[in-house]
Amino acid sequence: MEHKQLTISDIETLYDQLADALDHIEEGKRELFLVKLALLSAQALGDAEQFLALTRTALLDL
Amino acid sequence: MHTPLAEPRRSIYFDYQVFPAHTASVNAQVQHHPVVIVGAGPIGLTTALDLARYGIPSIVLEAERQVSEGSRAIVFTRRSLEILQQVGISERVTSAGLPWRFGNSYYRNQRVFRMEAPHDPDDRFAPMTNLQQPCLEQFLVDACHANPMIELRWGNRVKALAQAEDRATLEVDTPAGEYTLQASWVVAADGARSAIRTLLGLQLEGASYEGRFVIADIKIDLDLPTERLAYFDPHWNPGNTVLMHREPGNIWRIDYQLARGETPEQALSADSLRERINAQLGIVGVANPQWELDWCSVYSARALTLSDYLHTRVIFTGDAAHLLPIFGVRGANTGFQDCHGLGWKLALTLKGIAGPGLLASYSAERVGAAREIIAEAGKSTRFMTPPSAGYRLLRDAVLSLSLTQAFVRPLYHWRTSRPHDYVDSALNCKHDDNSRFSCGPHQGAPLLNVRLGDDQFLFDRLGASFCLLYFTDAVEVPSDIQAQAQSLRDQGVPLQLLAVVGNRQGEVRGADGVIDDPGGHLRNKYGASAGGAYLMRPDQHVCARWHHLNGQALRDAVETALGNE
Repeated sequence: MEHKQLTISDIETLYDQLADALDHIEEGKRELFLVKLALLSAQALGDAEQFLALTRTALLDL
Repeated sequence: MHTPLAEPRRSIYFDYQVFPAHTASVNAQVQHHPVVIVGAGPIGLTTALDLARYGIPSIVLEAERQVSEGSRAIVFTRRSLEILQQVGISERVTSAGLPWRFGNSYYRNQRVFRMEAPHDPDDRFAPMTNLQQPCLEQFLVDACHANPMIELRWGNRVKALAQAEDRATLEVDTPAGEYTLQASWVVAADGARSAIRTLLGLQLEGASYEGRFVIADIKIDLDLPTERLAYFDPHWNPGNTVLMHREPGNIWRIDYQLARGETPEQALSADSLRERINAQLGIVGVANPQWELDWCSVYSARALTLSDYLHTRVIFTGDAAHLLPIFGVRGANTGFQDCHGLGWKLALTLKGIAGPGLLASYSAERVGAAREIIAEAGKSTRFMTPPSAGYRLLRDAVLSLSLTQAFVRPLYHWRTSRPHDYVDSALNCKHDDNSRFSCGPHQGAPLLNVRLGDDQFLFDRLGASFCLLYFTDAVEVPSDIQAQAQSLRDQGVPLQLLAVVGNRQGEVRGADGVIDDPGGHLRNKYGASAGGAYLMRPDQHVCARWHHLNGQALRDAVETALGNE
């Protein structure tokens, strides 16, 4: 299967959309939203190992 | 002086009977008994009945003078019923109990998960049966009172225990003073707050969870089926979980988590109970609830076990051996499997038939089972009562997603208690054809029930013995198998040989009984062909299976299953 790549323009778009979504979420619900998004992304990814690797990457340099 | 409650406990649905305390042993000569069982709860009484099937008499000591207070364990699994069938009380349980197989999880008034426990037409018993524990205990007490092998001593509390290499000595307190008795073996079945565990100074290993639950039983007429109901994050108890179960007699169990920082006393106050129970009844559609409280208590989830159930002459079983979370009905149901695993091993050890490894295998198998259950239970407990901020976020994300996303819904599954497979047991045969079977119960698993006719099932044919299911269409069991079976019986090994035939012949020479399997259903379900066989331990777990059995292989497998390796 061909690996789909995000274009610079895609990244710019989702950057803005994610920021906008976070701004519109009521205080205290942002974490919940991000965890939901993570689970949905994992499901779309369909690869538990890769998701765990991404989790480790996200833990870097916090 | 021990003074147990002499007034009957109060209950809406159960008439408590206070039994006379046993005091005849005070000032009498010290008696020695093969087995003393401490605790007349479901597990202690089942142990006594199980031992009696092998001709082993026992004394049961119970500190109280009546069966236990409140509904306590209310859900009994199919495997528990199969065990209770062996000790002769399953019919009373099924006629008094409520069978069920569906569980429902709700979030924001939407049913987000439905559990359907499979019910195979080959099964005699429903996946779950609801019955209040005092009712179950009463059936067991009746059976014990009717059994001349069992002496049930009410109002007898163990206050001291000393052990020698070959016996234990118990100091027992009664309403008329103390007495001493000796036992070759003591079975500690005295529950979660086991006095015997404390007297031996033993520590449980594992985790306690923070979540605490109110358990309240109310009498109310609700037009709802017998199904498990779980409500996550209800408006009246934000972030927490509420469970509902129907019990016989229009009694409903409502379990709900205490708010953070709330004490059990606050939670159990009349006002607090009324307000919360009414709020929950509102969720299930009751506008003007009229109900009466039967019993309430506070429960905390724990997942703990002793690391060894054998301590010289003391053997632990049930909650005395381990404490398991209620989610998944693992308490009593695990206990029944414990004591059923113990019964035959202790009986054959006392009869001098067992090898040195047989009792040790009880501890190995059941500690292994408890650890596996603890790992399983941890998953559902972490979902029901998230132990940390991270777990809470994940759980809440799943609740939220479950309203629209099917992929997260299986996380609601509460991983119901299931029979443990003794896959790695030392009692399993090493040289059989286990791995060459394509279906059927594998080594270590309990036998699968099979419907043989109207109200007739394979398990009805099993008794207090090893059982060899021998598949054949010949008129006689091969002579070498017959000879080894006879020689094992001559040694005192209880062994039943059942021939499974497909040709409707009424008799097979050399077999103790014939199972008529004209359509080949049993044969197919077990993946067996003529000349093949399954060997079952007396607790119905498979320990060997062959495509072609010979006499020596049978002998070797039984020797292994007797703990001779």
